[in-house]
Amino acid sequence: MNDILKIADKEFSSRLFTGTGKFSANNLMSQALIASESELITVALKRVDVANKEDTMLQSIMRPHVNILPNTSGVRNAKEAIFAAQLAREALETNWIKLEIHPDPKYLLPDPIETLIAAEELVKLGFVVMPYIHADPVLCKRLEDVGVPCVMPLGAPIGTNKGIKTVDFLEIIIAQSNVPVIVDAGIGSPSHAAFAMELGADAVLVNTAIAVSKNPVEMAVAFKMAVQAGRMAFKAKLAPVKTHAEASSPLTSFLN
Amino acid sequence: MMSFKNTFDTYDWDTLEKEIYSYTAKDVRVILDKEKIDINDFKALISPAAQDFLEEMAQRSHTLTKKRFGNTIQMYIPMYLSNECQNICTYCGFSMTHKIPRKTLSDKEILKEVAFLKSRGYDHILLVTGEANKTVGVSYIKHAIELIREHFSNISIEVQPLDQDEYEQLIDAGLYAVLVYQETYHKATYKIHHPKGKKSNFHYRLDTPDRLGKAGIHKIGIGALFGLEDWRVDSFYTALHLKYLQKTYWKTKYSISFPRLRPHQGEVQPKVEMTDADLVQLICAYRLLDEDVELSMSTRESERFRNNIIKLGITSISAQSKTNPGGYVVDPQSLEQFEISDERDTEEIKLMIESQGYQAVWKDWDINHA
Repeated sequence: MNDILKIADKEFSSRLFTGTGKFSANNLMSQALIASESELITVALKRVDVANKEDTMLQSIMRPHVNILPNTSGVRNAKEAIFAAQLAREALETNWIKLEIHPDPKYLLPDPIETLIAAEELVKLGFVVMPYIHADPVLCKRLEDVGVPCVMPLGAPIGTNKGIKTVDFLEIIIAQSNVPVIVDAGIGSPSHAAFAMELGADAVLVNTAIAVSKNPVEMAVAFKMAVQAGRMAFKAKLAPVKTHAEASSPLTSFLN
Repeated sequence: MMSFKNTFDTYDWDTLEKEIYSYTAKDVRVILDKEKIDINDFKALISPAAQDFLEEMAQRSHTLTKKRFGNTIQMYIPMYLSNECQNICTYCGFSMTHKIPRKTLSDKEILKEVAFLKSRGYDHILLVTGEANKTVGVSYIKHAIELIREHFSNISIEVQPLDQDEYEQLIDAGLYAVLVYQETYHKATYKIHHPKGKKSNFHYRLDTPDRLGKAGIHKIGIGALFGLEDWRVDSFYTALHLKYLQKTYWKTKYSISFPRLRPHQGEVQPKVEMTDADLVQLICAYRLLDEDVELSMSTRESERFRNNIIKLGITSISAQSKTNPGGYVVDPQSLEQFEISDERDTEEIKLMIESQGYQAVWKDWDINHA
């Protein structure tokens, strides 16, 4: 199936992006990520020992066709995010950055103001910026204006596994976006992922639901299949949902 | 100035105590069936009546912790820099009344200890001192942070309470977190155990987390020292403190610690005993109250207890700790602040964690980012 997702200069045949937090062991994480067939894997810069080329976490992810996406998790404002992105570029030799600015450590909700400021600056500095944001259609357009190659609105608060709670806003974002929309955060089960893809999301990012599952490898496969199914259904065009039944015995035919 | 004192003053210890002891199993059942636990529900969960629901609370705590923190346990190590102290704390081995040799580590000694801790894999460090403002004041602590910052990703301190501008200096130097325990929220009992020194000022200590929040610290650790007073009431006040801080300083992270009085040079024996079952109940109650708060467990607790607590809601632990300045390599024989209980080395603890399906995490911060 020739259904390639293009973001900036890279092409992806898998629309399941994954994360690296919360796994019980690096080898299990590695197996799950291989099983997921994910080609874009995000890593919290704060978890990586950048001075150590043998860092075990990075070693467990690096494979051909896999792109590492460093994220700025832990920073609280645009200034810190820009600094972290520059460190990541130097240490991991990639200009891709997942921009996460959550000054609130409790719910880890993204700061829209700082994110827009940082995104604009980072784009100017030559970064491929993937911003993690609220499902805010206006913010998405503003980010598009400053040159981000995609947007990553949340489905529900991060780590909650609650599913696609922002559906009404995601529909608007998907309808009017000129860049790929990747639903990030809140996806707790394969059916949530499939639903996001059916809505027309270009990809989803899943971490907690795989990492914390009793069997992360099988769960990774389940997500892979769900994302494929959801994408296929979207492309095949779902039958419209109808509010009212169509009566088989029309009441007004006598008028003809 | 608004601070926790305003909230604190609206509660009365004796009234709270009566209330906590009045809950029935029926009350606890109703609360456990709620989706969200609030600070009032927390009282019932730390009540004697909730002991009968320990397994259910533990299961729920396990699930909630796993959802937020995953299958990971953060590793940290304390490093005592000094045992000089101008306070009298009746329960503490470093109290000024004890005629023990006093020691404050020099740069060379600090780096020797650091080299040992690095060889064990530690990347998150907790610096500990007594309270001796002339020799171990803010300039000494700042210097120590600057001295070791190239070796650690994450630096915390457990030292005397400081002023806001002093904390700001330390944060600029690379400080991540400050642990400051109220010891007890019972004013009269606090006075008995802290009769002399700067620490005898109950309210200056009580408002320390406020000064930290205003200084913009990344993380604040709070707690009570169990044994001085009824642990249930002290824990309610700690939870109240936590909720106040979370609302007021919303950019800061929080952690709770659970120190139980251990044998040491002082003579004070626990006034109120806290059993293992009590401690498990409290850990689970905190997790049910707050999914996101970090819960920390030191080597004060026994091997058996620590092995079994990994899955219950704890998110960070230390191992192989020494509670005397220079205790790792410089001066292993000097007097400890208190005896640790779990003496296993770091590798054994790492294997214990892994055997339970968890990953020991060494680095989860970068001092250079912020």
